[in-house]
Amino acid sequence: MSRYILRRIGFLLLTLLITSIIVFGITQVLPGDPARVILGREAGEAALDSLREELGLNDPLPVQYLRWLGDFIRGDWGTSFSTGVEVRPLVMQRLGNSLMLAALTLLIAVPVAIALGVVAGLNENKTVDSAVNVSALSVVGLPEFVTGILLIEIFAFRLGIFPANSSIRPGTSFLEALPMLILPALTASLVILAYISRMTRVGVIGEVSKPYVRTARLKGLSQWSVTSRHVLRNALLPTIAVIAISFGWLISGLIVVENVYNYPGLGRLMIFAIDRRDLPIIQAVAMVAVLAFALANLAADLFSGYLNPRIRLQ
Amino acid sequence: MKPALSIENLTVSYRNGSSPVTALREVSLEIQPGEVHGLVGESGSGKTTLVLAAMQHLPDQAEITAGSIQLDGQELIGLTQDEMRAVWGTQIALVPQDPLSALNPSLKIGSQLRELRADLSKAEARKKSIGLLEMVQITDPERVAQSYPHQISGGMQQRVMIAMALCMGPKLLILDEPTTGLDSTTEAVVLDLIRDLMHESQTATLYVSHSLGVIAQFADQLTVLYASELVEHGPKMELFEQPLHPYTHGLLDSVPRLGENKHEIQLRSIGGSIPSLGDLPPACVFAPRCSVAIDICHEARPDLESSGVARQVRCYRWEEIQANQVDPRQPPAPPPLAKSDSAESVLKIEDLEVDYDQPRSLAKWLRRSPPQSVRAVDKVRLAIGKGETFGLVGESGSGKTSLAQAVIGLVDPAAGNVELFRAKLPSKISERDRKTLGQLQMVLQNPDEALNPYLSVGQSLARPLVLLGGTNSEDEIDRLLEAVRLPSEYADRYPAQLSGGEKQRVAIARAFAAIPDLVLLDEPVSSLDVSVQASILNLLNHLQRKHGTSLLFISHDIAVIGYLSDYVGVLYLGHLMEVAPSRALFDPPYHPYTEALLSALPLLDPKASQERVRLQGELPSPLNPPTGCPFHTRCPRFLGQICVEQTPPWQEDETGTSIYCHIPLEDLREEQGLVFAMRKRK
Amino acid sequence: MAVEATTAGATPVRGWRPLTVLTSLYRRPASAAGTTIVLVFLLMALIGPVVAPYGVNEQIASEARQSPSPDHWFGTDHLGRDVFSRVLYGAREILVVAGLGTLIAVVVGSAIGLLSGYRGGTFDEALMRIFDSLLAIPALLLALLLLGLVGPARNAVMVVIVIVYTPIVARVARSAVLSAKSKGFVQAARMRGESQSWILFREILPSAFPALTVESALRFSYAIFLIAALGFLGIGVQPPNPNWGLMVAEARAHVFQTPWALWMPALAISVLVIGVNLTADGLRRILRAPGE
Repeated sequence: MSRYILRRIGFLLLTLLITSIIVFGITQVLPGDPARVILGREAGEAALDSLREELGLNDPLPVQYLRWLGDFIRGDWGTSFSTGVEVRPLVMQRLGNSLMLAALTLLIAVPVAIALGVVAGLNENKTVDSAVNVSALSVVGLPEFVTGILLIEIFAFRLGIFPANSSIRPGTSFLEALPMLILPALTASLVILAYISRMTRVGVIGEVSKPYVRTARLKGLSQWSVTSRHVLRNALLPTIAVIAISFGWLISGLIVVENVYNYPGLGRLMIFAIDRRDLPIIQAVAMVAVLAFALANLAADLFSGYLNPRIRLQ
Repeated sequence: MKPALSIENLTVSYRNGSSPVTALREVSLEIQPGEVHGLVGESGSGKTTLVLAAMQHLPDQAEITAGSIQLDGQELIGLTQDEMRAVWGTQIALVPQDPLSALNPSLKIGSQLRELRADLSKAEARKKSIGLLEMVQITDPERVAQSYPHQISGGMQQRVMIAMALCMGPKLLILDEPTTGLDSTTEAVVLDLIRDLMHESQTATLYVSHSLGVIAQFADQLTVLYASELVEHGPKMELFEQPLHPYTHGLLDSVPRLGENKHEIQLRSIGGSIPSLGDLPPACVFAPRCSVAIDICHEARPDLESSGVARQVRCYRWEEIQANQVDPRQPPAPPPLAKSDSAESVLKIEDLEVDYDQPRSLAKWLRRSPPQSVRAVDKVRLAIGKGETFGLVGESGSGKTSLAQAVIGLVDPAAGNVELFRAKLPSKISERDRKTLGQLQMVLQNPDEALNPYLSVGQSLARPLVLLGGTNSEDEIDRLLEAVRLPSEYADRYPAQLSGGEKQRVAIARAFAAIPDLVLLDEPVSSLDVSVQASILNLLNHLQRKHGTSLLFISHDIAVIGYLSDYVGVLYLGHLMEVAPSRALFDPPYHPYTEALLSALPLLDPKASQERVRLQGELPSPLNPPTGCPFHTRCPRFLGQICVEQTPPWQEDETGTSIYCHIPLEDLREEQGLVFAMRKRK
Repeated sequence: MAVEATTAGATPVRGWRPLTVLTSLYRRPASAAGTTIVLVFLLMALIGPVVAPYGVNEQIASEARQSPSPDHWFGTDHLGRDVFSRVLYGAREILVVAGLGTLIAVVVGSAIGLLSGYRGGTFDEALMRIFDSLLAIPALLLALLLLGLVGPARNAVMVVIVIVYTPIVARVARSAVLSAKSKGFVQAARMRGESQSWILFREILPSAFPALTVESALRFSYAIFLIAALGFLGIGVQPPNPNWGLMVAEARAHVFQTPWALWMPALAISVLVIGVNLTADGLRRILRAPGE
């Protein structure tokens, strides 16, 4: 097992390294002059030059990359080009907000999705299964901005239960923010719900037909026993990996959802920064998002490795 | 006394889309307590359906349209799931074919055993499960109880399944091909165990097997199923001595018996193939393949008639067969040519070694430490002459497949020399010229993956003709199909439309397309039905006779090897243990491993005698091979330190038998009697 | 399977000619619906701009903010533009970008995956590690990074689709190759000295075909999704591009006055994506080797 852990961590670090090169590379290779963005259109050449020198923009790319990477690891994420504030505290605060939203989304999506997937899988080809299947296929099709606007229309404008706008103030606690989190969380959870329930269903169907389930039945065990101790125990193992993969969807989804609901998270920050070509923020948000995704995958790998006797006891 | 199981006129159909398919037609049988009832049938016979029906565990699409199933007087058909739950585990139990997939991979063995005794406290249940494991002769029950299924060997897994089945003392025990997935030597040990346990209990047993040998050893009564019908039934002795149904005759004829060789006896195969259940012959299901079928057999379905005490047969001509007025046996294959004296050397293998590197961890790779390797083939030497068949027999881990793959060039040997017609054979396929490629071909193990599913049969056969034979015409393809006894319309068919046996024939046709001088065959008949096996073996003999092709035939079945080969090599853990002319293989002296293999095979003759030579322990891990003689850890004739420290010498005797052992040949000859004695068949 | 039957007497069937695939898709209600939807939208993309009653940016101020009527089937937006026409133009827009982008991603990704998987070795391992790292960046994020700093450029979105989806197609192709490589018929081909290209294209590729086709359909659906999302966020496209997502974003401010200007393009996206998903699901069920 320890070899497995080391391999996974090694892979994580390698992935992060390559990703950082990609993030840095993209942001550096593309046109646009950060110095001009900072100083504005009327700045003179001399001022631009000295700022470029100061920002280290005239150094060769690999040197810039290493400097950037070193700074990043040490926690120095630079200063925003457009607002002049320090990037790290800003990103961390927004990260906190996004995490709250993400947590609520998963809290809603995961249990419901697994339950639906299990019920559908255990009743393969019966009506309940087709119903779940078709709804999943349909819901996956709805982009988050469509569902978001739809939910706002129904619950905020027509019914007035929840607020249409979720711009919370910094420092709001989870409980206080809850009413404003519900609609965005619901919106973001739909796509993930569809994905996880489909994968869970497939997993359950695959296990139900296996010989050891027949053995369990032929021991005279109750339906409940067979389902929980045998089918689900094995079918849900891959679900852990599925949840980790859906994290990627979650990150993409949150970018859109936060913009629909005006929620001050990383997604909104990203769009804000892109609009202003604010490089340091863009780089920092990208790295944090990738790190979060990679960590989620690592956690899932390790957890399911631990639960799987074939891997745990190597 | 009430029968433990009583099935009457059972008919089961499957809803297969629009047209239902009958899988069992009016089948009846009875098993008394303490009796072992053998159920013999090939694929499509309905034996699986019968087993599932008896357990009331048929899939949803199945429907019992008629008949009754009574367990100790209680009618099972119509019981609800809840009611059946009370029956399962306590009154009926199943030992299935593949034990690994029948065990929950995420639960420990002990935990799975304890499930059966939910009524006991945890401590008592634990004690009981240890007792169960001891009952099935597992030597280290505590360790096994704490293990997960993948951590124990196949033989042990099956013993666990047997323990689970017998735990509650069921009235009916169903064994569904319980040893099919196991090695011969392991199979023998498990069969011993089953035999011992049967002795003690009063359980009625339904033993399902396609292996007539096993049935011959175990069963009291026998039922033969063919294409959903019961064709013959009766006491074992009578059935084996004088079968009455042509199909039963065919089955018994088509299996090579231990000790038989192709020069002495010709296998009779059953012509044609098993009909599909959706397209059964209207009258007697066996008529299209029967050599004594008369008009009425094609017009009306024969009834099941009583042909003696507790004997039944479904055939119009059984009385004639009984009176020996008619011979239902299919014509034998023509005898092979006598071997020519000039044995031109076709293949010569010297000191061949094949290694497989184990994947290294990143740390080790960075440190550049050499990879651990497993030696699959260790200094093997053998020679094959023109027109000869060399049989290689071994169990799993013996290296037989690696050997073949190294010769054919799919795998690079680590060392050694291979000569084809006295010229060095390059080890990589890319280094061989067209002519060489045409001289050496191979038929692989799994017929279902042997053909490209996206190419028609004709297209698959055309390739070797074009590449290696230089010709390509429809006539050639027809010729090839005819040679493997397939109709020429098959050229337009796709693999998905062919049965396993038919696919294997096409694979053989493909291998023989460019008329090679040597064909390697890796377990070509192991996954096929018994009646089909004989026709493939005869086909191989026929092709050999026609073209003078040499064959290197690999199998785990020593009876088939002994039948087909001129010379036999016995492999264990990558080493050759014995090489002998096939007829000399069956007489002492034997290598101790050969002795064990010969004594492991269940004999087809119920009156035959067979020594019981069993191996201790488990196959050693190939990562840590034994020193000295590789067999010493399990050898029943272990001498002493010499076996541990020194590699054995090769000893040869006047019959041409070479044995790799420290024990002097004269000693072996003295101590070993004939391992088995079977009566010759008529 | 409890019932095992031989297939003697079956007639040969070619399993995957386009017409057969189409008719098989129409056998089941779900995939029939999906396929119809896709075909309708394809038609819209083809002839939309020709049959559209108004121009893509034709602003008729006097007819602004009209609800759906015989003159304007989907009504007009706050600038007086005919929503129906814009939706039609948008069909071509999104299908061309998504379609071409997916096509190129599939071709490039399959080629890479097939070759890399066939070759194996350290090259394959290294390449897959790099692709895995690309896959570690969620699609929308990667698209934003690539696009956000380039600015709106029509071809840029297509290029982004290619970059974002090539790695996953390569993985699918590679795994199909790996599973085919070990099969008997491939080894038989090696044994008779077939050339590498024969083995790759005639023996292995057909086995990869079903998985790749289904994957292409899925990628197409995600590409549409992605392009619409980018449009909504205003990244990579700018007005007056008839990108449906952009239309939704623009109409948001005026949703009380001209709700149809928001819901019509939203409906278009949803229906199209659902249609493609149902078709992809249908393809997954029916694509098999000939004769099965």
